[in-house]
Amino acid sequence: MVPAASFYAMHCEGREGMKELQYDVLVIGAGAAGLAAALEVSRNNASCALVERESHLGGILIQCIHNGFGLEEYKEELTGPEFAERQIQAVRAADVDVFTDTTVTQLNAENDRKEAYCYSAVYGVLRISARAVILAMGCRERNRGNIRTPGTRPAGVYTAGLAQRLVNIEGYIPGKDVVIVGSGDIGLIMARRMTWVGAKVHAVIEIQPYPSGLTRNIVQCLNDFEIPLYLSHVVSRIEGKHRVEKVQVSPLTHGIPDDENSFEIQCDTLLLSVGLIPENELSKEAGVEINSQTNGALVDATMMTSIDGVFSCGNVLHVHDLADWVAEEARRAGAYAVGYLRNERPKRQMRIKAGANVRYINPAMFDPDNPDKLYFRSLIVKNQAKLQIKLDHKPVKELRLSHVQPSEMLHVNLKPKDVAGWNIMKDSVLEVSIE
Amino acid sequence: MASTDAAALRVDVAIVGAGLSGSCIARQLSAYKLDVVLLDKECDVSMGVSRANSGIVHGGFHHNLKYLKSRLEIRGNLMYDRLQRELDFPFKRCGILVAALNDEEMKYIDHLYTQGVENGAIGIEMCSRERMFELEPKLNPDCVGGLHAPGGGVLEPYRFVFSVVESAQKNGVEVVTGFEVVHAERAGERYRIHAADGRQMEARYVVNAAGLFADRVSEIFGAEEFQIIPRKGEYFLLDRATEAAPQRVLFPVPTKVSKGMLVIPTVEGTVLIGPTAQEIEDKEDLSTNTDQLNLILDQARKMVPKVSQTDVITAFSGLRPALADGDFYIDISAKAPNFIQVAGIQSPGLTAAPAIGEYVKDLVKKAGCSLVEKAEWDPYVSKLPRIRDLGPYEADNLVNANPAYGNVVCRCEEISEAEIVEAIHRGHTTLDGIKYFTRAGMGRCQGGFCSYKIIKLLIRETGISYKDIQKCGAGSELLRDAL
Repeated sequence: MVPAASFYAMHCEGREGMKELQYDVLVIGAGAAGLAAALEVSRNNASCALVERESHLGGILIQCIHNGFGLEEYKEELTGPEFAERQIQAVRAADVDVFTDTTVTQLNAENDRKEAYCYSAVYGVLRISARAVILAMGCRERNRGNIRTPGTRPAGVYTAGLAQRLVNIEGYIPGKDVVIVGSGDIGLIMARRMTWVGAKVHAVIEIQPYPSGLTRNIVQCLNDFEIPLYLSHVVSRIEGKHRVEKVQVSPLTHGIPDDENSFEIQCDTLLLSVGLIPENELSKEAGVEINSQTNGALVDATMMTSIDGVFSCGNVLHVHDLADWVAEEARRAGAYAVGYLRNERPKRQMRIKAGANVRYINPAMFDPDNPDKLYFRSLIVKNQAKLQIKLDHKPVKELRLSHVQPSEMLHVNLKPKDVAGWNIMKDSVLEVSIE
Repeated sequence: MASTDAAALRVDVAIVGAGLSGSCIARQLSAYKLDVVLLDKECDVSMGVSRANSGIVHGGFHHNLKYLKSRLEIRGNLMYDRLQRELDFPFKRCGILVAALNDEEMKYIDHLYTQGVENGAIGIEMCSRERMFELEPKLNPDCVGGLHAPGGGVLEPYRFVFSVVESAQKNGVEVVTGFEVVHAERAGERYRIHAADGRQMEARYVVNAAGLFADRVSEIFGAEEFQIIPRKGEYFLLDRATEAAPQRVLFPVPTKVSKGMLVIPTVEGTVLIGPTAQEIEDKEDLSTNTDQLNLILDQARKMVPKVSQTDVITAFSGLRPALADGDFYIDISAKAPNFIQVAGIQSPGLTAAPAIGEYVKDLVKKAGCSLVEKAEWDPYVSKLPRIRDLGPYEADNLVNANPAYGNVVCRCEEISEAEIVEAIHRGHTTLDGIKYFTRAGMGRCQGGFCSYKIIKLLIRETGISYKDIQKCGAGSELLRDAL
């Protein structure tokens, strides 16, 4: 790693006008995705700037002090910080210019050379230009406003990720009597974490008839601590003048909160784990086309967005379940970005359609000459499901899936031998469906 | 808010309530050789009615001139341009449209137009359907015509109050927060005023600008009996990226109860939809309710069909401090000596506020207080740079002068560390105080990313314990314990 400060001194100090740095590739965000992408760019001998708004690398991984990371990437079970540390060590050893405490506020991507304006207390305002940009900004948590929970607006309502940051990094305990909304993984992890720091977790409330987190987390974070999980329930009201005093919980009847069978839980804290939204404001302002199903960019088989030379990967592309998959996907984006610089582009691509019971499939294009991993999500809950891939309505591949549910991301690896016999036309379409 | 110790305070004029009215009155009086104190029961100024309303400078056509509120609205509207130059708060005369969706409603537009002309509303215009869509292409296609009032505009009410209070303070007004008036008695030519926490102070003249609690304060001082009826208005705030953002404030044709549900392009780029109008009993009930929130979405879609619930970033409600007759009640008390009532300041209170300040200044004089101008009165406050308003070159210069401008703390609203530190140094030492002063935490993540950073800055800058960090005042502590 070249310390950004020395690079800065060499190129910018004492110069008149806007400080400008030039690279082959700019990676925005240094979480699991950005680190993996930057490393791959540098391995392919392209110059790379990695810009991170926080003062540390690793993104949200560093507050995920629980285990369960690294089983695929490193073939061993690691905590979030350990997973991040491996990535960071690799990036430090590589030829990547790292800018921490630096926020990209504007991206101009329409020209051949992309320009990013970066704000930093150390460097002032920098213009970083690059021939390719990899978007790796991650996602943000949905909040109370997004789920429109009525009631008063007291202190004590936190998103689960903010609470995780407060406890695990800052060392503060936000509350003692906790109710958690949403059974997403962060919510489940925080149920256990809050119990461990001495708080009483009274309940986890889930709007869906099934949990939205990984099964292992239901077992290890709720069942082991006898924390009740209410499925098909919502927090229908928050009460408390200055600080949360209680919440009203209602069962859902035909999708509507049933007031008559509602009950109250006394608590001082409400943690919200109600989904994540890819943070694509910068991408949208740059003109990147967004997929309404994922809230991430629409990308082709090389993870390239609707703007030539702009790539997207990780949770800013679509929300993943596992950091390992984020890193895997980002590595491919890094390699494809370098391929783009060298004019190595697919000879042909075909559209992939989300068929029956599939919410989305990523990427949205397929390169038959270079078949690659496809990530997708189911719309249904089912045991012993069948995955079917059709080429122009003709089945070309079938796979058994032991269990599918919307909250668990699925993937399929197509191999060159799968594609070998396909009769591909100019306007062929691949369709992925679940039965 | 920077609070003066009230224990030993003896002043000429005490203003109870540091909202829009109280702060504008305080600033007007700060031009004279008087000791003035501005009291508020909350942890910061502008935390009552003035915190949550539509933020509209009205166009002068909604009410008949026979009402005091209408006369003050017209006058107040005209005062805003100069105030903006002096006080540097975000304000935009984006204009107002009232959209009629059928011929029946169009008849009412006729009435509003005539009223507006009689009121002297500048530039008011009757619009054909074509003209309406030229002015606002996102309107409901059913719109048949309407009214355009180019003099209307938008501002953030709390941000305006902060600027007005700062100007008043600069000219000698003392601000005392956390001072809830619970008792008052005559002590010679003065009132002795007692706060809930035991503090007391004395004043020759008292202005009752206590908003929702003006009836209670009037009673405490032995003045007129009246009742403030809280009328709740609920709102949704939409992400700045929403496709529903109009160019101008959009009104439906008003009903008897309210001006109806609006679609408001806020001066800071977000979009506000609402308010509802519901009479309630509890003056502290700021809760939001599912049925009302659904109503807002329905009504807002009648103006702009593109309004989508996926754009909602937060919901909130505010209370209108209404009197039974619907007008302002601003007068010298006939019962309590040297006591001036400023009550019932509901819509168009924000528009009228600068004019209320002027009007009450004259009442203070009429009540016998001598007003001698100060030669050194300075109407200007120093401009506070915000990186969100600057281009990269200007921002770079700012960062060179103070590196903390380069540290973006609130990513959604693009607020730097320097701006937050400045807010803290100006006495905004709660999360809400900082949020309303700087906008940090007001964006789409609603503080999910920046809250802990602001907590750390508060601890660093003030030295207070983590246990004392509050959302907004005592009881709203954010952190219970540490590891």
